Amino acid sequence: MNKQKSKPFVRLDSVEKVFNINGKEFLAVKDVSLNIMEGDLVSIVGPSGCGKSTILSMVAGLFEPSAGTIEIENELQPFRPGKDIGMVFQKPLLLKWRTIFDNVLLPAEILGLPVNESRERVHDLLNMVGLSEFKNAYPQQLSGGMQQRASIARALIHDPSLILMDEPFGALDALTRERMNLELLRIWKESGKTILFVTHGIQEAVFLGSQVAVMTSSPARMADQFKIDLPGPRNLDIKTTKEFGEYTRRIYKLLGMS
Amino acid sequence: MKYKGFIIAMLSHIAFILIWQATVMLAEVPSYIFPSPIETFNELGESAYNWWRHIWATSLEIFGGYILAVIVGITFAVLFIWMPILNSALMPLLVTLNMVPKVAMAPLFIIWFSYGIIPNMIIAFSICFFPIVLTTYRGLIEVEPELINLVKALKANRWQIFIKIQLPSSLPYLFSGMKVAAVLAVAGAVVGEFIASDKGLGNFLLIQQNALNTPAMMMALALISLIGMLLYGLVMLLEYFFITRKGISNE
Repeated sequence: MNKQKSKPFVRLDSVEKVFNINGKEFLAVKDVSLNIMEGDLVSIVGPSGCGKSTILSMVAGLFEPSAGTIEIENELQPFRPGKDIGMVFQKPLLLKWRTIFDNVLLPAEILGLPVNESRERVHDLLNMVGLSEFKNAYPQQLSGGMQQRASIARALIHDPSLILMDEPFGALDALTRERMNLELLRIWKESGKTILFVTHGIQEAVFLGSQVAVMTSSPARMADQFKIDLPGPRNLDIKTTKEFGEYTRRIYKLLGMS
Repeated sequence: MKYKGFIIAMLSHIAFILIWQATVMLAEVPSYIFPSPIETFNELGESAYNWWRHIWATSLEIFGGYILAVIVGITFAVLFIWMPILNSALMPLLVTLNMVPKVAMAPLFIIWFSYGIIPNMIIAFSICFFPIVLTTYRGLIEVEPELINLVKALKANRWQIFIKIQLPSSLPYLFSGMKVAAVLAVAGAVVGEFIASDKGLGNFLLIQQNALNTPAMMMALALISLIGMLLYGLVMLLEYFFITRKGISNE
């Protein structure tokens, strides 16, 4: 079946966000426009504190932009706020008093989804992220990487069409991070979700993204947005290719670092 | 291995009683000054003392006042986070009122509520209430804001946020307040009985003091402590079930 992708799924148009901190106005995001097609994995890369997370929060509907518009919807995907968004944060943010199983189930409970089906889905998802054995463990009994995998499963439980990830692997050690990157690519391919992935890791952004949006700092502005076209499958070897190096160099240049 | 700590604790308790017995015997302290443990426990056999009547009265005051304080305290804390205006108005007032020594108010309570079980229950309640309201309130507001955002992104309503996130995450705080209050409840009830009552272990203590019946006084003291330990133990049991068992660190 040939999916029609005439219109982007997520459209940010001249989005601006001003915060009021102690009576002073602070421009966090300025004039950001971004189109995300359905099924894309778009990396937003930029320095820490450049307002990337603010953009994500606005897409999640946690607060409104001060100017500009955010539209999420296309002909194929009518958008239901809440139900259609899955979020993964830098911290796993699992509830300490719930088992891994019940943590993954949380969004289904809040959205009031059918209990039995949801429980089935939790089993499937824990299988997918390799945590079946730990379903009755409490989060504090697991490693950081395992906790983050549980939080990814939680973001998928209600079958959202859009997944927002805010530096999800930022707190992990380098090796675990690489492993999680591969895992995420696999999950993305299996699920066919649209993912918006915020990171300050340039390599990570290129490795994961089908698209990369580069942002510069204070206020956050879109420096450039381009497609990532790497030769061959995305495995760790690809990082040593000439093309990969060119993409990372391009981003360093945009960020004024080379 | 798991019971090692428990066994050591038991041994130290037994050693304490043995040393007490030995000291009193060797120093030949008269029992009206400081009775030995055996002399103390012998008092339990004295049916004229009506132990159960006193135990029942004191327990009712302690548990009644305590449970009331937990219910009212949690209710206030919840109202405070739901209605910030109520918090701004009442929290400073509560802090001020808490400065009034409740024990010193006992004579007033007697005037207002006459004497008996109820006024003593109210004294126990008034001492327990503040630590519970304060710790619960703190627990409820000190939820990680990201946790709230997580469920807000799912369009959770206020009730869901409260019942699924705020309330369970406040439990470690609540339990630390409940443990402090458990100790205070015992003191509150007994002070009430000192001031005016016709039964209860505090009342019994005063009556036996007039007769210089030190062993019976010691036994009453031991029973009061046992009731306190029972209450504290029940709170610890609940805490184990909700917190410790899950490996949640208790702030």
